[in-house]
Amino acid sequence: MSASSARIAMLKTVVGALVLTLLPLPSWLEIIRPGFLALTVLYWSIAAPRAGGITLGWICGLLLDAFEGPVLGEHALALAFLAYIAVREHQRIRSKPIFQQSLIVFAALVFYEVVLFAIDGWSGHALTTPLRWLPTLTGALIWPAAAAILARSYHPST
Amino acid sequence: MILDQRFDWLERAHYVMQAATYPIERAVSSPIAAWRWAQTSFATRDSLEAENQRLRNRLRDLEVRSMRYDALAQQNAALIGLRGALPPVASRWLPADIVNIQLDSLRQRVLIDRGSVNGVAAGQAVLDDHGVVGQTMHVGPWSAEVILITDPEHALPVEIARTGLRTIAVGAGDSTSLALPYLPANADIRVGDVLVTSGLGGVFPPGYPVAKVTEVHKDAVQPLAHVRAAPFAQLDTDSEVMLIWFRHDSPAAPLKERHGQLTAGNRSIQPLPVPARAKQQSSETPRKPEAPPAKKTTKPAAPVPAKKTERLPKPERTSKPAGAPT
Repeated sequence: MSASSARIAMLKTVVGALVLTLLPLPSWLEIIRPGFLALTVLYWSIAAPRAGGITLGWICGLLLDAFEGPVLGEHALALAFLAYIAVREHQRIRSKPIFQQSLIVFAALVFYEVVLFAIDGWSGHALTTPLRWLPTLTGALIWPAAAAILARSYHPST
Repeated sequence: MILDQRFDWLERAHYVMQAATYPIERAVSSPIAAWRWAQTSFATRDSLEAENQRLRNRLRDLEVRSMRYDALAQQNAALIGLRGALPPVASRWLPADIVNIQLDSLRQRVLIDRGSVNGVAAGQAVLDDHGVVGQTMHVGPWSAEVILITDPEHALPVEIARTGLRTIAVGAGDSTSLALPYLPANADIRVGDVLVTSGLGGVFPPGYPVAKVTEVHKDAVQPLAHVRAAPFAQLDTDSEVMLIWFRHDSPAAPLKERHGQLTAGNRSIQPLPVPARAKQQSSETPRKPEAPPAKKTTKPAAPVPAKKTERLPKPERTSKPAGAPT
């Protein structure tokens, strides 16, 4: 019951995040654009770990792979990892105040980026600019706002 | 799964996914497209007239210039020793719109609205009216991903137009510069030199403008020169590009491997001894009916022109009626 309503909310927010990811922006904004889809997956893994979980991460990653990324399955793997960590630790993360959550999100996003970086390197598409680490920082900074918006999508009445 | 990307079958999956994602991409880019449309449809009469005048002048200039170019091409063909006019190297072109979405912020990729339905294949040259833009990578039914020449993963075989020195231009990761990392410090290159495609690599035919050298830094300590160039193509402001098909029987066509793979550094590009070449050609006979006769290849220098004069009349006769209506 609650799982299915959560899934509908998930679908909406994932589409929203995808649109935000693809939206053309001026180049300076583009560089700091956070990984909206990764944030969404993180949020749902923490807030509703039963409804989505690793599968959600994997599907979202595959969606992302369809648009960008040199090898198919790269984001799918990285986001599945991210979801796994978040689902495992969701009770610990959920109980923290929002500022500490941001720090944890930062660590998780760095891990996500490291996985991507490793796959890029192994598959021969290495991208070594330090700019690629900027979105992790902006992702962590935007986390409180993103979490608040995502929370409204799930329980709009409360 | 990731390693399987090295094999061909996942290209099918890419194809399907590109088809599935195309509507979303169109939807995301639609507000901007609508805004453009509104802008152009409410343009004033004055500005349209001015633009029309400007374009007419430009067309006149280009026509005059291309007249001269035809004469030069004829003359050149005669000088090289080929009788008759060369077939034009580009057989077909198709304009394509760039779909206004962000594919990957750090890589230089764009999406265009033409796909395999329009006959687009992977590894096809993309130009704009100023120079080389890039080449197609993943092709879907209605869309294709283009890797720009400024992508850090893209390397383009170029030639300095002034000296004929060949080198490789690698993307620098932003849309305004290319790097030439493989030039020795004593290479003859100056700011303002024009880079054109060299025809190696199998994607672009020789002679298309690529970039102008903007920065040359030669350090006595370093073995290699630090050279930057600015692409002619307006990669960050283009909204329309051209897809080009090249005739592979034209002498100016880029060299291609038989499977259509990219051939940078390929053995078939290097000059081979004559017997090996003749053997290789004869093994290709089912593909090309007009194979060169092996008997004529007695001198090492002779076969190439001999083959061409032998081969030219045939495609000419077939291409003339085809070329006349166009």
